[in-house]
Amino acid sequence: MSNIQSLTYFLPELILTSSAMVIILTDVFFRGRNRNRLIWLLSLVALGIAAIFLLLQTTPPDAIFYGALAVDPYSRFFKWIFLLATVVIYVVSPYSRELDNNPRHEYYLFMLLVVFGLFLMASALDLIIVYLSIEIVSIGSFVLAGFLKQERLSNESSLKYVIYGALSSGVMLYGLSLLFGIAGSTNVFDIQAALSGVPDKAHLTLAVALLLVLTGFGYKIAMVPFHFWTPDVYQGAPTTITAYLSVAPKAAGFALALRILGITFGSSPDMNLGEWLPVEGLPFGTLIAIFSAATMTVGNIIAIQQSSVKRLLAYSSIAHAGYMLMAAAILNAQAVSAIMFYLAVYLFMNLGAFLVAIFIHNRYGYDEIEEWKGLGFQAPAVAVAMGIFLFSLTGLPPTAGFVGKVYLFSVLIEAQQFWWLAVLGVLNSVVSLYYYMRILKAMFLDSEPTGERISGHPALSGTILLLMIPVLLFGVYWSPLMNLVRSSLEFFSPGM
Amino acid sequence: MDSLQSYLFLSIILFCFGLYGVMTRRNGVAILMGIELILNSANLNLVAFNRFGGLSELLPGHVFALFVIIMAASEAAVALAIIINLYKTFHTVNVDEAHEMRG
Repeated sequence: MSNIQSLTYFLPELILTSSAMVIILTDVFFRGRNRNRLIWLLSLVALGIAAIFLLLQTTPPDAIFYGALAVDPYSRFFKWIFLLATVVIYVVSPYSRELDNNPRHEYYLFMLLVVFGLFLMASALDLIIVYLSIEIVSIGSFVLAGFLKQERLSNESSLKYVIYGALSSGVMLYGLSLLFGIAGSTNVFDIQAALSGVPDKAHLTLAVALLLVLTGFGYKIAMVPFHFWTPDVYQGAPTTITAYLSVAPKAAGFALALRILGITFGSSPDMNLGEWLPVEGLPFGTLIAIFSAATMTVGNIIAIQQSSVKRLLAYSSIAHAGYMLMAAAILNAQAVSAIMFYLAVYLFMNLGAFLVAIFIHNRYGYDEIEEWKGLGFQAPAVAVAMGIFLFSLTGLPPTAGFVGKVYLFSVLIEAQQFWWLAVLGVLNSVVSLYYYMRILKAMFLDSEPTGERISGHPALSGTILLLMIPVLLFGVYWSPLMNLVRSSLEFFSPGM
Repeated sequence: MDSLQSYLFLSIILFCFGLYGVMTRRNGVAILMGIELILNSANLNLVAFNRFGGLSELLPGHVFALFVIIMAASEAAVALAIIINLYKTFHTVNVDEAHEMRG
């Protein structure tokens, strides 16, 4: 589709960029006392308008800008996840005390730009867009991670983020350049067509290119061994941003990796077939299975030793990437839908857990597990919500995390491949029970009721309780979400 | 010197130098220079593949390289700002000394 025609399909993204420009101008010309509030409101309105345009977008799968971006139900599903995560963070950000001494209006602006990058990641069909969208998200996140300019930890975290981020995207770019060299095109469908006919000798180059590209994707989803930035960045960044980074860019990384790897290294360009096989001679499934095993094991084992809750949740988010990678080793329709379902559930439970961490941080100023003692008596509703989020993260019924995990495991079992990986996944879930329960124990068992009550801002507590509803609801009645995922499982492919 | 192989050889050398620089240097700015080398090695690849692969009409490789240059510039700007900010709080640009989070 030509550029002018494409613009109508690009409206949500256009709204995001143009409102970012409006915010920059507002920032320059409006110097009143309510500037933070005004820009907060403007950004929320922009997100709302983008959501409306996204809702109105019901066209069949298509590619816009001469095949550079896909507009299909698959990308729309992920865009909703990004919007939801962003709105939750926007709602609680004014009430996070960490941010009080910093210019929040710039923070809102950068978040809006990151959302734009995430939207591009979910719909990229071209290597140039792949690189650009990852960089747009990364550069915005670097700034946001280092947003607390006076805090040493925040500075350290943004330094580590920028070094790891720039390095891994550079290595990924080298891999993309090799892919471009083998295939002679930057369009993923052309690359797929070229790769399915490569002679046997080029397979080594192809495997090297796949590994290098996985460096960049693995960095975005925090896959071992490209995870080293995760704990430090998550601990040092403002907690609101940590919550955001652990959900939205990770979902975008999966959206991008599943589509790009699925098409580029698949034996057929059509991702809608249900079955998926890699290009002949490429050990794709085994490679991903090994990465998955390493990711969940390392994440869980190191999480046990943590005393900072933010750091613990960082390692747990690494482990969750490992669970989702289990299904990515198979990559058929069932696997993709299981990952999408899990990402949607993960959005609610992980955001919820981090919001409770913000609640604690507002009260005590730091996030050691010691500070959680007695929370069960001081703020019972929030503590019970945290308990439910932790049960869900562990994967215990009757929470949504349990259903999500069952879907992930059933992918391996029904495909009758990688049995060892499924066994390892179950063992890892047991290990994760231990460290999640440490938080639960601190909240309810490690202290006597003192009669003291702590209460956060109603907007913060309210959001925490609201996030609890889907975690419980989808644990007993998940078919609406699964139906949504199944109907979103439609990719653009050139044959359509 | 006018063959694809020689350009690819040069690019892999640049890539390795960049990676070596990132791994061994402890000065934040020097690490960034290593990363720039990696990005430029990829650019060299892109342009060389475009030149020798008979893809001259639309120049996808050249366009890709241009975008990479733009992104590298903005990334360097953000990274340098972060390093300046690091210097204000830690009074050093040595990345090993900015290491308070462990575990």
